[in-house]
Amino acid sequence: MTTIILFAPLIGALICGFGWRLIGETAGQVIATGLVFLAAILSWIIFLTFDGETQQVVLMRWIDSGSLGAEWAIRLDRLTAIMLVVVNSVSALVHLYSFGYMAHDDNWKHAEHYKARFFAYLSFFTFAMLMLVTADNLVQMFFGWEGVGVASYLLIGFYYRKPSANAAAMKAFIVNRVGDFGFALGIFALFFLVDSVRFDDVFAAGPVLAETSIRFLWADWNAANLIGVLLFIGAMGKSAQLFLHTWLPDAMEGPTPVSALIHAATMVTAGVFLVCRMSPVFEYAPDAKTMIVVIGASTAFFAATVGLVQNDIKRVIAYSTCSQLGYMFVAAGVGVYSVAMFHLFTHAFFKAMLFLGAGSVIHAMHHEQDMRNYGGLRKKVPLTFWAMMIGTLAITGVGIPLTHIGFAGFLSKDAVIESAYVGSQYAFWLLVIAAFMTSFYSWRLMFMTFFGAPRGDHHAHDHARESPKMMLIPLAVLALGAVFSGMLWYKVFFGDEAKVRSWFGMPAGIEHAGAGHGPAGEAAAEDHAATTASGGEAVADDHAATTASGGEAVADDPAATTASGGEAAAGDHAATTAATAVSADAQAGPAPVQGALFFGPDNQMIHKAHGVPDWVKVSPFAAMILGLALAFQFYIRRPDLPGRLAANQRPMYLFLLNKWYFDEVYEFLFVRSAKWLGGFLWKRGDGAVIDGTINGVALGIVPFFTRLAGRAQTGYVFTYAFAMVLGIAVLVTWMTLSGGAE
Amino acid sequence: MENLLSIITFLPLVAAAILALFLRGDDGAARRNAKWLALLATSATFLISLFLLTGFDPADTGFQFVEEYDWILGLQYKMGVDGISVLFVLLTTFLMPVTIAACWDVEVRVKEYMIAFLVLETLMLGVFCALDLVLFYLFFEAGLIPMFLIIGIWGGKERIYAAFKFFLYTFLGSVLMLVAMIAMYLDAGTTDITQLLRHNFASETLNIAGFQVLGGLQTLLFVAFFASFAVKMPMWPVHTWLPDAHVQAPTAGSVVLAAILLKMGGYGFLRFSLPMFPVASDMLAPLVFWLSAIAIVYTSLVALAQNDMKKLIAYSSVAHMGYVTMGIFAANQQGVEGAIFQMLSHGFISGALFLCVGVIYDRLHTREIDAYGGLVNRMPAYALVFMFFTMANVGLPGTSGFIGEFLTLAGIFQVNTWVAAVATSGVILSAAYALWLYRRVVFGDLIKESLRSITDMSAREKAIFAPLIAMTLLLGIYPSLVTDITGPTVASLVTGYQAALPATAATQIALQ
Repeated sequence: MTTIILFAPLIGALICGFGWRLIGETAGQVIATGLVFLAAILSWIIFLTFDGETQQVVLMRWIDSGSLGAEWAIRLDRLTAIMLVVVNSVSALVHLYSFGYMAHDDNWKHAEHYKARFFAYLSFFTFAMLMLVTADNLVQMFFGWEGVGVASYLLIGFYYRKPSANAAAMKAFIVNRVGDFGFALGIFALFFLVDSVRFDDVFAAGPVLAETSIRFLWADWNAANLIGVLLFIGAMGKSAQLFLHTWLPDAMEGPTPVSALIHAATMVTAGVFLVCRMSPVFEYAPDAKTMIVVIGASTAFFAATVGLVQNDIKRVIAYSTCSQLGYMFVAAGVGVYSVAMFHLFTHAFFKAMLFLGAGSVIHAMHHEQDMRNYGGLRKKVPLTFWAMMIGTLAITGVGIPLTHIGFAGFLSKDAVIESAYVGSQYAFWLLVIAAFMTSFYSWRLMFMTFFGAPRGDHHAHDHARESPKMMLIPLAVLALGAVFSGMLWYKVFFGDEAKVRSWFGMPAGIEHAGAGHGPAGEAAAEDHAATTASGGEAVADDHAATTASGGEAVADDPAATTASGGEAAAGDHAATTAATAVSADAQAGPAPVQGALFFGPDNQMIHKAHGVPDWVKVSPFAAMILGLALAFQFYIRRPDLPGRLAANQRPMYLFLLNKWYFDEVYEFLFVRSAKWLGGFLWKRGDGAVIDGTINGVALGIVPFFTRLAGRAQTGYVFTYAFAMVLGIAVLVTWMTLSGGAE
Repeated sequence: MENLLSIITFLPLVAAAILALFLRGDDGAARRNAKWLALLATSATFLISLFLLTGFDPADTGFQFVEEYDWILGLQYKMGVDGISVLFVLLTTFLMPVTIAACWDVEVRVKEYMIAFLVLETLMLGVFCALDLVLFYLFFEAGLIPMFLIIGIWGGKERIYAAFKFFLYTFLGSVLMLVAMIAMYLDAGTTDITQLLRHNFASETLNIAGFQVLGGLQTLLFVAFFASFAVKMPMWPVHTWLPDAHVQAPTAGSVVLAAILLKMGGYGFLRFSLPMFPVASDMLAPLVFWLSAIAIVYTSLVALAQNDMKKLIAYSSVAHMGYVTMGIFAANQQGVEGAIFQMLSHGFISGALFLCVGVIYDRLHTREIDAYGGLVNRMPAYALVFMFFTMANVGLPGTSGFIGEFLTLAGIFQVNTWVAAVATSGVILSAAYALWLYRRVVFGDLIKESLRSITDMSAREKAIFAPLIAMTLLLGIYPSLVTDITGPTVASLVTGYQAALPATAATQIALQ
């Protein structure tokens, strides 16, 4: 079933992208949409019936070079199941929405066909994203990772006549590549130490990595921390975290459905998914986790400040996304991966809805995106208004304090903040302040758009009318998610710890198994048989959760065993590292980390997060009320206040409006200097130094011969040379033949 | 099929001879006949070379399809392929029909043009098949001449300068190699490559005119070969002939140059330097690493500054060859296998990129990037193909470009993390220059008057790209096609290499 889910969108993309000339543009769109809906329905079936037991399906061989082996394979566990639902549901709804949104587009001339291309890109994106979340090894994940990057590049630059869209597309791809640089190095380091890129082997190596040190660049590092940091740099790029965030706001150049699907609900959360997926490594990388918390919290705060003053409706939501991703990272960084996934899950619904709602407004207003030209749209587009209202209630976190009743964001965001309180005071306070700002800018958006008097072009306001059903149905469905997804799934993401563990397929409880076998790596190397036979008991403390399944896993999962058998045959185990022991162990039958997530033996965060004081639990709610009140004051009661404040605090205002001047600094530091350096190396390096000095002899001779050839008039020299070739050819042939005859 | 390799190698030459001797006149019919004959000959060569694939036993790490005859002057004629060279033979035979099809519109001295390519094919195949030093040298050097002619006669405005620069650079490098080959003969008493591979060249420190030469004879030989292969690759800083040669060469010439001729350097490193001079290779590997890493960053930056499409792609080629040299001298399974993969993959991708430039050059007769813009509006098929190969060039997973880069980087990381980190930054820079090129040429509004009536690719042009797209995808999705063949041979090469090093060096995992 997962195979069908995985390939349905690809088939849709191919049919729609290449076949539309044969079957017609509309038929192509319908097929692409239908196949994604099929995938979405199957995803929900899997999600609701999944028992937590990890399943692996090997589809085909892929890379096979010595001990570096990676298959095209599907890994289905709870994390994957969650992501399947998120990706396919939002994608299906966005496909449907796009029928309406893309029906007429002033960017294209009358006879131009752009719709099939758009749908094909959307479906291709969905496929790449599914490859990312179903990957069973890091290299396949990297395939999906880059695949979504390309899809994003193509969709941001969808309006390829607009220079701004092209620039934004390039920027997105290149900034993401900076992250990929870290990701790739992380994979290389993991392969170097673990001698495998398969998740089972990598996960099992967590404890050993924590004990290993690796020489990287100028210093020796703890292996787990180094790998954690490198992988997180990849996550920062994809999830637009501070310093690598600059592409996300610009990505709003793409059509709005794209923003909803890629730049809000799915692709940008891939970084969070990566950290959760690699939890068995991150749990042993305390420094990397600290970095995640600091970056995540800072991003949440930074993006929220910028969001306060933006006027483009999509940019406000983009910064809001950036900020919410920071929340997710904080949760993952303090070690409550399930809460990170919870916020990812609920955020997908309400943020996609906010974007689609904004799209509906933009659609109604003839592609006007500046909120200063909105106002009073409540009556013109009532259904959109209510959808946006639900989205706003969800993102700002409205609910009844100290209960588990409220909109989706109320439950998940509060869970993040409670976890942060236990893990890091820095993160806690920044997140609470960010919650206040979230509330302010969200309500600001609502008030400026739907309340007050109409501003700007009368014509646009007169003709504004509600969007077609195609666009409203997805909004309605997402509204359900924004209201109920938090309450329905609160228990399994952030309820009682035993409940969370069983939902994610982890072994129950944190019993500390019998010690006395020495360091885990040693035990594994010396005595695979014992390890396999006695399962969880044989291994030392820090391996407890890891090996509880031991021999079971082998029986459950013949595919994985076969794969590692093949590796054993071709194995190049010359690499002498401490971690080789782990892969040797893998041959005897991998002892994978059981379940989709991993909590280290000392990780009791969920338990502690439940016990935070009541004032902590209420604080985000209070922040939300404060933000709402302030926004109400600013944009309903005293609409003149914002302008006066901006005039009073002009430097501050400009600083925020210009996004802390990141773009300008980067432009100067990287873009300009790279271009200048390129030109310099070319003219000075290649031209003056290399051609001029090092090879000066050759340079002197070349013109000499050139003149000679010129004097001999064109042709003659070449005729001679040509005769020479033929001569050589004849000679070689003759010698060969005569030689062969002897 | 006793003489399979000889048949494959000399079939194009026979076709060239037929063209030279029997084709008369220079009218339209004669030109057409010349093209068709060349296409048929190269296609037949490709089909016959497929027998290599069916008959090749990957598990056998020695040479296969060996032919050995006495030759004139007491020399040996010896041919054979192993897991490393067999794929280069196939790459050559595969690309030649594509190349011939790409010069279908040439109308100047067509017969000679075809002859030049056919002779060139024979010589290139000879390089990959030769198992005797003298034979190898002959093929290796003679290959310069047809390429020299292709650039010098059918090239652009500055073709004479570029042709001589190309010729002299590569030729001067090779002179040293000739001296080294004579020294090898004197030392080992044979020119048979299979025996030389088993011969231990002395690596004791020599004292020459007061200079201590660490690694002794091996170092001297290594350096001499290095001079030749480094120019051929080309490695930084002896790469400057390549952009000039590419810019002036006709499209088909660029394709062969980038796709096949550049691979001779890498092949030489694998055939001679690594297995025959292991001590010297190990000693000088750090130098190669840094030259490679510099090449990747330096030429990528230079590519960023180009305004000539062909120059940009030529510089990008140098950067990609940096991964190859780095991978080879990492001397582990992933590095060496990745290097071979990268060379094959680069053959398809860079060849296709030069063809992409050729397509629009044929229409507008300029390579200036600024002369274009907004081509997607009138050339959607072209935009798609160009996008595909741009992405392959930046190493997108799913295309063959990724596998080569990934394996070589995974290989070098195990040996030197500094070099790995610097080289990995190439993924950022390559994206920058490739996408920027694409944006300037293809995206945007079509406003230039000269482009108003530009036409999309013809059926012939699409047909040329089809096999290249297929191979790029196939190798990206199922690289085992290559690694199954190269794997065992590379494994034995790496094992032999590590075993030949002194004990202290062999155990080193130098992370610096």
